[in-house]
This record gives sequence, C-alpha cells and structure tokens, in this order.
Amino acid sequence: MKPLLKLFTTTAVATATTLSALASSYAASCTNDSWNKIQDRGKLVVGIKEDTKPWGFIDTDGNLVGMEADMAQEVADMLGVELELVGVQSSNRMQLLEQGYIDLMIATMSDRDDRRKIVGAVLPNYYTSGTNILAPKALGFKDWSELEGKTVCGKQGTFYNKIIEERYGATVVAFTGNAEAKQALRNKRCVAWVFDDSSIAADLASGEYEDFEMPLQTEDDNPWALAVPIGERDCIFGRFMAGMQYEWLRTGHLLELEKKWGIQESAFLVKQKDRFKDWLED
Amino acid sequence: MLETIPEFFRKLAETYPKWNFIFFYDPVQWERVLGGLLVTVQLSIVCVIFSVVIGIIGAWAQGSPSAAIRWIVAGYIQFFRNTPPMIQLLFFYFALGQFTPTVTGADGWTEQPIISNVGWAIVSLSFFAGAFNVEIFRAGIEAVPDTTKEAAESLGMTRLQTYTQVVLPLALRVSLPSLNNNLVNLVKTTTQAIAIAVPELLYEMVSIWNDYNSAQNAAMTVLFFTYIGLVGVLIFGMHRWERALFIPGFGGTK
Repeated sequence: MKPLLKLFTTTAVATATTLSALASSYAASCTNDSWNKIQDRGKLVVGIKEDTKPWGFIDTDGNLVGMEADMAQEVADMLGVELELVGVQSSNRMQLLEQGYIDLMIATMSDRDDRRKIVGAVLPNYYTSGTNILAPKALGFKDWSELEGKTVCGKQGTFYNKIIEERYGATVVAFTGNAEAKQALRNKRCVAWVFDDSSIAADLASGEYEDFEMPLQTEDDNPWALAVPIGERDCIFGRFMAGMQYEWLRTGHLLELEKKWGIQESAFLVKQKDRFKDWLED
Repeated sequence: MLETIPEFFRKLAETYPKWNFIFFYDPVQWERVLGGLLVTVQLSIVCVIFSVVIGIIGAWAQGSPSAAIRWIVAGYIQFFRNTPPMIQLLFFYFALGQFTPTVTGADGWTEQPIISNVGWAIVSLSFFAGAFNVEIFRAGIEAVPDTTKEAAESLGMTRLQTYTQVVLPLALRVSLPSLNNNLVNLVKTTTQAIAIAVPELLYEMVSIWNDYNSAQNAAMTVLFFTYIGLVGVLIFGMHRWERALFIPGFGGTK
C-alpha cells in the first residue's frame, strides 16, 4: 500500500509541476514571490537610508523619515497594505534585498551596471545625483586634481571611492556611516568629504556647515534607481513600481516632496516632468 | 603552477558569477587583502601584548595596600568591561580624539592627531581586553595558597618580589585557559576597528565587495577561514606555552 501511495503522490506532484510550468510560460517564469508575500501578510517592508538626510534618516524622535520614506508610504497606500521601514546602509542595502529581508529598496542607490546584476532596478529612474566634495572654504579647492595625495573622508559602499582614488590619486578613508565620515571632517582628519552633490547641498542648506563649501564641478552624474528583487523586475512588482515612478515624475509629485524636505529644486525632475507630459493636458 | 591558481579563480567567477574570488587573480585587490591582513596581524599582536601587560599590572595593583589604587583599578575594570568595545572605539576616536595634541598639516587646515585611528584602536582594544585580563589574573592569584605567600614573606621578600617571583608564575599557570579565551576574543574584536576606518582585514574586504558586488560571498568565505587560521595560530602558541609551563597541581596537563 505504502509504495503505491508514494507512487501516486509522486505522479501527482509531477503532473502539478508540469501544469503550472505550462500555465506560467506566458510570463517567463514569474513566481511573484515578494508580491504575493506582501499581499498575504498585508505589509510592505521597505529599506531606506538611515543616515542620508533628507532622503532617509532618523529624526529626533527616533523614527525613520525623509523623502524616500514618504515615497515608500505612498507605495504601501497604493497597495493597501501596512508599511514597515527598515534602515539600511550603502554597504548592505543590496544584500538585504537579495536575501529577502526587505521587499523594496528606495535607498539613494546610484543605478550602475554591476548593481543591476544583483537587484532589480526599476526604470524610469526617479532621481539623480553626481559626485562632489564638502570641503572647508579655508582650503579653497578649485579642481579635482588638487586632491592628489590628500586624505579624503568617504563612506563604505559608494561607487566613487574607487574612482576618486584611481582618477585623482587621493586616499579615501571610508567610514561605515555618513555621521562618522562628517565628524571626521569636522575633526579635521581629512581635507574633504566625498559624497552625492544633492546630499552635500542639503547639508550646506541646513546651516550647520558655515565654514564649508561644495567647490568642485560635479562629476559622474548618475541616476538613482529603486529596486525590487531581481527575479521580479519583469514581473508584477517591477511593472507596478515602474508605474508608480512614472506617475511620480509625470505629476511632478517628487518636486513637491523636494520642497517639503527642503531640497533645492532639481533640474532632473523638472526635465522628467516635461518628458512624461500628458499630450492632451493643456 | 602559480599561473593556474589565478586562472582557476577567473574561470570560477565566469562560471559562477556569485563566487568571484577577485583577489586571487586581480593583483590590485590581492594587495588590498594583504595590506588588511598585515594590519589585522599587527593590531592583534600589539593588543595581545598590551592587554596581558595591563592584566598583570592591574592584578598586582588590585592587591595594593593603598585604597586609592584599588579604587582606580576597580573603576577601570567597571568602565571598560561594562561598555561595548565598538562604543569605546567611537568615543576614543571621535570624542577624546578632539582633545589630543595635533600636528597641523602642510595645507594649514587639516590636523593630524598624534594618536591616529590605528593608535586609538590599539589603546581602546588593549584596555578593553586588559580589563578582563585583570580579573582573569586575579582568579589565578587567589588560587595561590596563602601559606605559599606567607612562606615567601618569611624569607624576607618584599610585596613586589613575592608577586613577580612567586605568586605570578604560579597564578599564570592557573589563568592560562581563561586567558586563552579572552585573547581569542580580542583577535576577533579587532574587526570592530572598521568603525573608525582602520584599514584592517574586514575594512578591506568590505571595500572590495562594495567595489565588486560579485565578490561578496567569496570575501565572506575568505574572512571566515582567515580568522579561523589566525585564531588557530594563537591557540597553538598558547597551548605550547601552557605545556612548557606545566607543573603538577596548577592546572593543565602535560
């Protein structure tokens, strides 16, 4: 009896597998695991930065807030599920998504070729930034080449640490977080802090860096991408996020969020609003 | 032979993109790994030596007739044993680091502190492990019978002589097994120096897998085996020492 039962189960399983394989062949092996998980548990887990003011940071009450937190909230609202925010760092954000600890990552990530092999970056890109430095006015930097042989503070996990070292011969001392890197600059341990120009602009606008400036020509302007698990980029989740981003850009909603968080209006968003303009709108 | 190893790992990375042991075929990354390993080894050796010295001196001071010295040692132990080493590192480097003398750099703005981040890592980790070592040696000292100390005293030996020539050599033998544990922990704790950007092995490995995302699994695997190796060397040395010091009745086996 037992072997017979076993044979029966095996056949049933095999048949079921074949059938489901046939059924899903129209959408090249989309299992929609994360998408289904979000619906089942009624909760969306989003990874945002915890030290990158004003995109994702911890406020004085200890809550994760910022422009990207607002975006995450809108995604959850659209899905009709609860939102859970998880603080991530540049050096672990892709791994957390890859391992399934977060469903979605909106974490100031530059959209790079090698990163697309690991996470499912969804187009259209919602933001952009380039590389610049925060340096004391006293040093009067004018050109990137002046960084040669100097110690520059940076953060683990940004793609331009290597570029700065290779292209300009600077030594990058990379800290695990922005707070530490900026503290090291204030303690005068390095001549500059290398980071995203938009983030530096936000720091300068905060009034906490009166003796500092962003003196160089921004380099390597690089769009940002939010990401879903790589297997779901071309499935429901990826397509859904593409739609979210399209609406954000078309309506100029991100420009409103920029205003809310005190970020200088970015030319990129103005351009995108025009690019995706509804042709029937007056 | 030397050519086949890089070739093997290059092929492996092509076949399995998630297992990119880039440092085994890219000379630049290999240099970074070696540099990190060197810093880790140096940091470990210096901290092990300092922490043992701190332990020996602290345990002696604990038995001091002066109440003030005993209070200072007790305070030191409470402070360093009861706070996380990561916070100590951050506190020393960022908070205390502002008040130490500095040398103004050639550009007239930067201030290079006399104690670098590596220096603070040594100070902080040595004192952290040293606090445990004081207690470890105290346990050993208390295992030395009072009669032995009294015998030394009756021979006219001073307190210091009794400590260095009678009590400590016996106490050391009793303390060695727990000292082993603590020193193993110390070697592993050196990875936390990444918080103040000390370019040790973990720092370099994290930098590599940030620059080459495909190298993450490989870097973690190599980290594991490197620390198993480093700690293995330490344990081997300590066991040899333990056996060399063996005398019946004071712990350990021949």
